[in-house]
Amino acid sequence: MSCWETIADYGLRSLGIGQRLLPREDFTLCQQVTLIGSGMIWNIYFGVLALLSGFFLATAAALGKASNVWAIRKTAEWFIFVFRGSPLFIQFFFAYFLFLSLKSVSPIFDPFSAAWLGALIVLFLNTAAYSGEIFYGALLSIPKGDLEAADAYGLTGWAKFRRITWPTMLRLAWPAYTNEAIFLFHATTLVYFSGFPAWQQRGDALYYANYFADKTFNPFVPYPILAGFFILLTLVVVGLFGLANKRLNRHLPTERRGKMRLRMNLIR
Amino acid sequence: MACYLTTGKHMSIYWSVGTVLLLLAITAPTALLFGFGGAASARSRIAPLRWFGQAYIAIVRGVPDIAFFLFFVIALDQAFEWIRHQVKCPDWEEPVRQGNDFVVCTIAKLPLGNAPQWVHETYGFFLAVLTFAIVFGAFAANVLFGAMRAVPRAQMETAEAYGMTHRQAFWRILVPQMWVYALPGLSNLWMVLIKATPLLFLLGVEDIVYWARELGGAKTARFTDYPHPDWRMWYFLALLIFYLLFTRVSEIALDRLMKRLTHGQATLGGEAQRKAA
Repeated sequence: MSCWETIADYGLRSLGIGQRLLPREDFTLCQQVTLIGSGMIWNIYFGVLALLSGFFLATAAALGKASNVWAIRKTAEWFIFVFRGSPLFIQFFFAYFLFLSLKSVSPIFDPFSAAWLGALIVLFLNTAAYSGEIFYGALLSIPKGDLEAADAYGLTGWAKFRRITWPTMLRLAWPAYTNEAIFLFHATTLVYFSGFPAWQQRGDALYYANYFADKTFNPFVPYPILAGFFILLTLVVVGLFGLANKRLNRHLPTERRGKMRLRMNLIR
Repeated sequence: MACYLTTGKHMSIYWSVGTVLLLLAITAPTALLFGFGGAASARSRIAPLRWFGQAYIAIVRGVPDIAFFLFFVIALDQAFEWIRHQVKCPDWEEPVRQGNDFVVCTIAKLPLGNAPQWVHETYGFFLAVLTFAIVFGAFAANVLFGAMRAVPRAQMETAEAYGMTHRQAFWRILVPQMWVYALPGLSNLWMVLIKATPLLFLLGVEDIVYWARELGGAKTARFTDYPHPDWRMWYFLALLIFYLLFTRVSEIALDRLMKRLTHGQATLGGEAQRKAA
């Protein structure tokens, strides 16, 4: 079987399209690369959707934490504390069993115990909490002069937020937010190891890598393949966020703009 | 209710809390040691050593840590068995990898096939600790590498002016001064380490996640005196609260430590403390 046939058979296996049976013996390098790459579809799906949706909740959480109203501030603080203070792994488990028991209450909750929705909700809340904290820090370090200038121009309320506060906050938070995005993509690998079942063996990249490592008892092939895919993904994320960073800083004089100095923070 | 939480099996989950704490207690210093080695070699003047240190730090960034956990447990196990195989059975003819099997001679097996259960468990735990130490050592190396660069250049120049050798300047000037710069990163690392402990479950150690799944599952009256429906949700809620408390307490403790360490330092924090006093 040539490599092209393998790609045709297994390229979209993680979505349930193509060959039904996973390879069982005589694993070729091509099969491993194809299947693990096919699993990356899920990692990208979870990461992109959670980032996009989490972005808005994160802004809300940051504003809430900086709010003057006691009830709003406390709610935002507790939200951020609960999701940042506990392991994502436990959050996944808890959410899965929560959705399982809700399932017996009403059939509306059926899709929630499947990974594509249930895990996405957990990742969404989790990244919203982490980025909310980043945005909150950025919000506090907006230069006072910028806000005073906005006042002097007569900007108030929504216009001031939309045109001054929010862009400045994003600009300050962007390097840390890039880091958070990288870690979110890494966190997506936890989904299929935390209770959420991989229905019909449609799993993510790590699920397939683990499958091959278990079957061949040789970790030195599938995991480096997975690592290669993730390094590529990280490079793409850094590139895209770099473009956004350029746009956020387009008003600055060129020499001050410089390149985005990514703080090589390994941990979020 | 109390009876439900004090059965013999429940003692295992309380013990496994001890396992988690033990893991933290062993891993934290080991990872710090690995990190120190990594950071020191990353700024070494010998090129291959420097490349090794920098690669060690860099590679962990691009790859999910859970992939490392799954990888190292098998890889380390096979590495140990392979080394023992080379030492103990030098006249073994067949290749070690036969198709999908990894075959070493019987006396090279780790742990030995006839070893008691606790040896197997301890060996599994040891592999887990080593894996954690390698992965978090890379994180710590990154933090310490940054801290070493944060020590003011003038300090090192002064050391050279006093005629200290490279080694002396490193141990007497750089290392004592870097800790205050490293502490914010290290305390962050400690938090991440706490939050990574549930991953022990993936490494095959019977930790709290394992027992929460076991004990929480529905029990029928046929097999136990204390039957209950599916309680796993509540068990995991309890774990969630346990971890929240744990991180909160360490946060407060680390804040205090930071306050004490910045006392009298020529940094922004130290200056703020001086003005407040």
